[in-house]
Amino acid sequence: MACNGVLDFEKPLVELEKRIEELKRFTAEKAIDFTEELQSLEKKAERLRQEIYQDLDPWQRVLLARHPKRPLALDYIPLIFEDFIELHGDRGFRDDKALIGGLAFLEGRPVTIVAEQKGKDTKENLYRNFGMPCPEGYRKALRLMKQAEKFGRPVISFIDTPGAFPGLQAEERGQAEAIARNLLEMSKLQVPIVAVVIGEGGSGGALAIGVGDRILMLENAVYSVISAEACAAILWRDASYAKEAAAALKLTAQDLLELGVIDEIIPEPLGGAHRGLEVTAKLIKEALVRHLNELSELSPQRLVARRYEKYRRMGRWQ
Amino acid sequence: MPTFKDLFRGKQKYVTVPPKEKVAPKRDIPDGLWSKCTQCNNLLFNKEIERNLLVCPKCNFHYRVPARRRIEQLTDEGTFVELDPDLSPVDPLSFPGYKEKLAAAQHSLGLKEAVLTGTAKLEGIPIVLAVMDFDFIGGSMGSVVGEKITRAVEEALQRRFPLIIVSTSGGARMQEGILSLMQMAKTAAALGRLAEERVLYISVLTNPCTAGVMASFASLGDIIIAEPGALVAFAGPRVIEQTIREKLPPGSHRAEFLLEHGFIDLIVERKELKKTLGRLLRLHGMGGQATNGL
Ligand SMILES: [Zn+2]
Repeated sequence: MACNGVLDFEKPLVELEKRIEELKRFTAEKAIDFTEELQSLEKKAERLRQEIYQDLDPWQRVLLARHPKRPLALDYIPLIFEDFIELHGDRGFRDDKALIGGLAFLEGRPVTIVAEQKGKDTKENLYRNFGMPCPEGYRKALRLMKQAEKFGRPVISFIDTPGAFPGLQAEERGQAEAIARNLLEMSKLQVPIVAVVIGEGGSGGALAIGVGDRILMLENAVYSVISAEACAAILWRDASYAKEAAAALKLTAQDLLELGVIDEIIPEPLGGAHRGLEVTAKLIKEALVRHLNELSELSPQRLVARRYEKYRRMGRWQ
Repeated sequence: MPTFKDLFRGKQKYVTVPPKEKVAPKRDIPDGLWSKCTQCNNLLFNKEIERNLLVCPKCNFHYRVPARRRIEQLTDEGTFVELDPDLSPVDPLSFPGYKEKLAAAQHSLGLKEAVLTGTAKLEGIPIVLAVMDFDFIGGSMGSVVGEKITRAVEEALQRRFPLIIVSTSGGARMQEGILSLMQMAKTAAALGRLAEERVLYISVLTNPCTAGVMASFASLGDIIIAEPGALVAFAGPRVIEQTIREKLPPGSHRAEFLLEHGFIDLIVERKELKKTLGRLLRLHGMGGQATNGL
């Protein structure tokens, strides 16, 4: 799908942008005036950008959410917070590199951060286990969240995972129990929890750090009970129907807002967060500060009661 | 010769019978005299298996039990009063083929959803009981399963009756998308309240119990029991082999594996299950002192 960090549907735009860059370089080097040509090309690029990104279908959003250049938690953290200190380990087995956590200031307010972390290339992805946490990752997150509760600071969670790691080692250490425990404990944690889906929200592996007072989602992030490919394999016995499955699953930020599962969509620059890391970070920060300000008005009892009521209402039946 | 499995399981995991077609409503009653155990290939009298609680008398394989049959096995006769019998699923995402799948499952099984809940007595002790049925779309959890489990937890909380949930499930129900995933959070949150009020919850895991159900209410029992040989996992062996191509040792993902790794309290044979539950309830101060020769 993606080659050299470019998705198929982005190709015409990326090629045009390359030509513009070349022309600019040529102008500088040879001192020939291409102003008019450049203007017309820039206009064309802008039109193309609108055309390509204005109306993305769900599958294209899945691809953007997994874009090889998409910013990851550790790209946003230094731009949103001050003085981040990473804390390690679940105190039981090992430090999971796919789920990081730590302390930082958000506009002067101490917060606990937990975040799923993918890698940027193969080497990093092997180190980060492709962002698929093991039980000890979820237990580390829980340890840090309980610590946040003890010291009365809010929890901010960044969700970005294809799913919880489905390996034998994870089974031996109780992947299901670790996820279930987090769901229960997060439902009654006595401090505000704000979760942001920044890329892929992969099922239980995402929810395990995704129970909170406010759930926010970047515009091109996706959040689903099953991957589009796996859904297609079950439904049409063919993973190449992922496009159809992505539409059927209602996994875009807009879908989830309409279903009442998330509270707000954080806009991304046209073309996706990777086309404007700083501006995306700024928008995430603004949203976090605004929601935390609202939530800090509530007593812990009221906070937990409202969180419970929110989840209590989830679902449709007759 | 039909196999035992055909006779007792009803249809396969994904029911393909169109709703209009006539299907014997009593899928779990075999009409033949004999059937063949799918595990050990022995020929068995159906009546013999029936009397043995759907466990092969030759190889001890524990066959899946339809929800109503399980309720009969675990409760005192005539004491089960169903909760929310009319709560029914809808098709919130207009998911391709979901309505038809629901109708087929409802028609062939005579169930509205993949779980039955109610109050009952077990050896004279009042309980709240939820029993899942794997034949209903793989025992998957959509909105209604999550809602019925949550209401059962609330009933247990309100009456201060112990809660017993007999789980079997392939996970969250794909056809209700993210709403199914949210049922994991909802049921776990409800159990958090039950725990704070110190009401006992015993989780019974039966074959198979995986994914979203295992990663929510099924793993949160004060006491967790599994039937022998039950497949119990977050990601089943097939998922592991397909996604990360890891070679698996024999017996991984079975109840015995989980017991060994410390994630369940005990493995109990079906014929001992009711008695064991009764003992555990009495050890929690219900139903007076021990009476059955511990
Ligand atoms: Zn047998």
